[in-house]
Amino acid sequence: MPVDIETVRRVANLARVKVADTELATLAGELSNILDWIEQLNEVDTDDIEPMSSVNDMKLRWRADEVTDQDISDKVISNAPDSQDGMFSVPKVVE
Amino acid sequence: MGLIKGVTGEWEVVIGMEVHAQVTSDAKLFSGASTEFGAEPNTQVSLVDAAMPGMLPVINRRAVEQAVRTGLGLNAKINLKSVFDRKNYFYPDLPQGYQISQYLDPIVGEGKVVIDTEDGSRVIGITRLHLEQDAGKSIHDRNPTKTLIDLNRSGVALMEIVSEPDLRSSEEAGAYLTKIRSILRYLGTCDGNMQEGSMRADVNVSVRKPGDELGTRCEIKNVNSIRFVREAIDFEAARQVELLEEGGKVTQETRLFDADKGHTRSMRTKEEAHDYRYFPDPDLLPLELEASWVEEIKNTLPELPDEKKQRFIEEYGLGGVDAAVLVAERDTAEYFEAVALYGEPQIAANWVTGELFGALNRSGMELGGSPVSAAHLGALIGFISDGTVSNRLAKDVFEIMFETGEGPETIIEKRGLKQVSDVSLIEAAVDDALANGAAQIEQYRAGNEKVLGWFVGQVMKATQGKANPQAVNEILRKKLPG
Amino acid sequence: MSELSHLTIIEAQKALQEGTFSARELAEAHISAIEASKDLNAFVTETADRAIEDAVASDERRSNGNSLGPLDGIPLAIKDLFCTEGVLTTAGSRMLEDFIPPYESTVSQNLRNAGGVMLGKTNLDEFAMGSSNETSYFGPVQNPWKNSSEGPSLVPGGSSGGSASAVAGHMCLGAIGTDTGGSIRQPAAFCGIVGMKPTYGRCSRWGVVAFASSLDQAGPMARTVEDAAILLFAMAGFDEKDSTSAEIEVPDFQSTLCQGVEGLRVGIPHEYAIDGMNEDVCALWEQGKGWLKNAGAEIVPIALPHTKYALPAYYIIAPAEASSNLARYDGVRYGRREDGEDVNELYEKTRGGGFGQEVLRRILIGTYALSSGYYDAYYLKAQKVRALIARDFSQAFEKCDVILTPTTPGPAFAAGEKSEDPIAMYLNDVLTVPASLAGLPAISVPAGLSDNGLPLGLHLIGRAFDEATMFRAAQALEDAAAFGGLPSDL
Ligand SMILES: [Mg+2]
Ligand SMILES: [Zn+2]
Repeated sequence: MPVDIETVRRVANLARVKVADTELATLAGELSNILDWIEQLNEVDTDDIEPMSSVNDMKLRWRADEVTDQDISDKVISNAPDSQDGMFSVPKVVE
Repeated sequence: MGLIKGVTGEWEVVIGMEVHAQVTSDAKLFSGASTEFGAEPNTQVSLVDAAMPGMLPVINRRAVEQAVRTGLGLNAKINLKSVFDRKNYFYPDLPQGYQISQYLDPIVGEGKVVIDTEDGSRVIGITRLHLEQDAGKSIHDRNPTKTLIDLNRSGVALMEIVSEPDLRSSEEAGAYLTKIRSILRYLGTCDGNMQEGSMRADVNVSVRKPGDELGTRCEIKNVNSIRFVREAIDFEAARQVELLEEGGKVTQETRLFDADKGHTRSMRTKEEAHDYRYFPDPDLLPLELEASWVEEIKNTLPELPDEKKQRFIEEYGLGGVDAAVLVAERDTAEYFEAVALYGEPQIAANWVTGELFGALNRSGMELGGSPVSAAHLGALIGFISDGTVSNRLAKDVFEIMFETGEGPETIIEKRGLKQVSDVSLIEAAVDDALANGAAQIEQYRAGNEKVLGWFVGQVMKATQGKANPQAVNEILRKKLPG
Repeated sequence: MSELSHLTIIEAQKALQEGTFSARELAEAHISAIEASKDLNAFVTETADRAIEDAVASDERRSNGNSLGPLDGIPLAIKDLFCTEGVLTTAGSRMLEDFIPPYESTVSQNLRNAGGVMLGKTNLDEFAMGSSNETSYFGPVQNPWKNSSEGPSLVPGGSSGGSASAVAGHMCLGAIGTDTGGSIRQPAAFCGIVGMKPTYGRCSRWGVVAFASSLDQAGPMARTVEDAAILLFAMAGFDEKDSTSAEIEVPDFQSTLCQGVEGLRVGIPHEYAIDGMNEDVCALWEQGKGWLKNAGAEIVPIALPHTKYALPAYYIIAPAEASSNLARYDGVRYGRREDGEDVNELYEKTRGGGFGQEVLRRILIGTYALSSGYYDAYYLKAQKVRALIARDFSQAFEKCDVILTPTTPGPAFAAGEKSEDPIAMYLNDVLTVPASLAGLPAISVPAGLSDNGLPLGLHLIGRAFDEATMFRAAQALEDAAAFGGLPSDL
């Protein structure tokens, strides 16, 4: 079992998802099953193989340095769950 | 090298810096929103910058060009293929939940920068330069219980310039930052304005006994002035030395510099949970550059401070210190060269670094806003060397030039400040002075050379300072009874 | 059920031109059809008013002689993963239950520009993660096809299950879906319709809620190959707002559709005959070879040796990308928010409660696969395997022009049958995922029925940006199979 309860807790924290303590064991089991199944990738010899992160066989295109999106703050803020003075608001962050 | 004296002996400070420099561009790194400073909150935010669902990044050509330019200016290797990665972490002013940055394959590789220190110049290694997005701004003081988020900065292009841990004192760190800023401004790739946050430094500080392995370092985040960088390093190094000498251990952590209190403190948001999970951004492809394009950019690089300094020393015969001061800013160097066209370069240098800088300083002005143009200052120096105006009166002329913006010729004309070299006029004044100075003549006879000054003063008073001092001296000596 | 909803796009267009009925009448017929099939839960949001408006505008254009082409006035359904300006866009998630985009996705805009009439936003697996359309926050979608025996309803497949159900249930003339590992083709096969995933880069991803950016592609779902070709032509095209969009001209697929398959080399990869494949599927595959051979194609055995590893590689790559893509749903700027004492609690509660189980599982898997110490073993390994899979295909395409396989290992299954076993669910995509990893175009064509009377699909994979050849082969299959099946209620 590659994933134990502590790992689920750590990963859930990294991903900022709340997982109830009662669900940790179930999730650990499910994730372990999935990862065990994924382990079969180790049968493949991938020495000297370049990892593929994109199927596109093209160059990254560039945009011109032009201001094309101006003053759409109403659109930007239109779905905000909470805002003040045109800004998004969250509980106080202490650094 | 600034060693710190501790109770147990001397300690060496080891400093490495990560400078975040905002790329000079009209639009952001991956969106078409404006980068202009000081706009109303969230008015310079595109849907991409706000990370609305389904929004995608498209890279700004100018940002790439500026990074390459900067790399070339730092004598660094330009990587023709580089990769954008996502750095994943949660923070309210990071809308995507990740920062698009470059991790394993930055656009610029190793380079070097020369800094001037009291002990001469030192070469500081540049590890890399990469392009990345800036985050938004968290405003903590507008609401007692809430933090407000302004995304105007979100997505602005930054260059992160990482140095090797080659710096050994807060002075060197300051000199390094000054030099980086100077180079960026020469290149026009960053305005270097630290007050507006266009340039910030993360400073890595550790201490060790000379010759020992590197100690554990602390990173001081987001220091926004050169003075604060120095203060932060001094405080942090002393803190670490004290801690170690008391038998404690330095813990690797991120600290904040509190400028008001002049100290660093541990950040309350803990770093330990950070695992950035970098991976290549699948919304972007690798960035590929043509070698010929890089070459083209190289051909447009301006003369940079180091070369310029060398040239000023060789071409104008200036001393190293003057040359260094004059080349620190590109516009200063250009101003100086324009002034030097009119006369002796050393005199030009003296006037620029002395009178001009002094006046600018006193009035809180930048060279760009100087009321005295290079041509006017040059003309004034011309008038000094051809004897039209005395050196002393020239300073008054300069002050009027600075106040009014008028040219020296007008001022000298209008106010009748032209130097008097007419021998008969000076002789008359000398005669008057001798007639009124019987007591002083006695003293002079008794061997008091100093009273000569009194006579000169009298003559000058009589000619409203316009008499040619050399002529006054000659005539005085001739007429004074021996 | 009105006659008007039994037409193909081509037939409807002809009738509109001839004035047999108006676009408005066509829209109204489909609005009623949606109303009559509400129990299938194919739509999250119906936009009847908007549809009427669009249709009236289309009629006006037509009467002024300004018709926009073959899609003008055609009622379409849009998967609720495409952001639609001013219209609720949920991605099937509680996280976006109130989200109204102030922008329109490029693909849906392209359809609007072509005169398409939007009937509504179709249901889907949450954030397109699922193969049965049971993970939607807005409830499961049902397949209009029923098991011949009484029993629980069947799943439509997923994640574009709502679109598939809507097309198969004659609630629209065509729909658009998205396909990351099979999310168009598998539901198309389960619902007896045509579903097509274009080459990666063919359709803009701008404005489509991202699942796995290196895999996501929009594509058409329709009742005939020709209708799918017409839809794709309208949807596709270069978009400068998407850095992965291909600057390649989109050919008129429709015009070459009937050129036949004479001399075409059809590759058959034996690796696709996987363990546990339904016998009817095996038989249909054989039949498919025969049909193409009879039509003049040459059948060539090919090898795709890494096929078996595509699915596990996919289940690292897609969740890894998703874990990052879904980080923006943090309750700060839009979408659901559950308040907390501090910002971390806000995040954790918002996200913990906003994402369903399957999405949560994938976020955790993806986060784990990218986390320090595991990146090389999982993510990098999967990317290398992906490279091998792509290489397999390019080698195979030296020997053939198009590849024929079944779309799914079996027909639609009963609701709830696989929802407790993630891996069993993942295996639905075993035959569709390899083409996704390689970014190749692929299409599912309804070609026969299982012995219990459910539709089965044949799957064609083409060369990158050679959808035209693939469409030709698909047309030949469609002609030979003469499927014509209809769900019993229709
Ligand atoms: Mg850094
Ligand atoms: Zn940085």
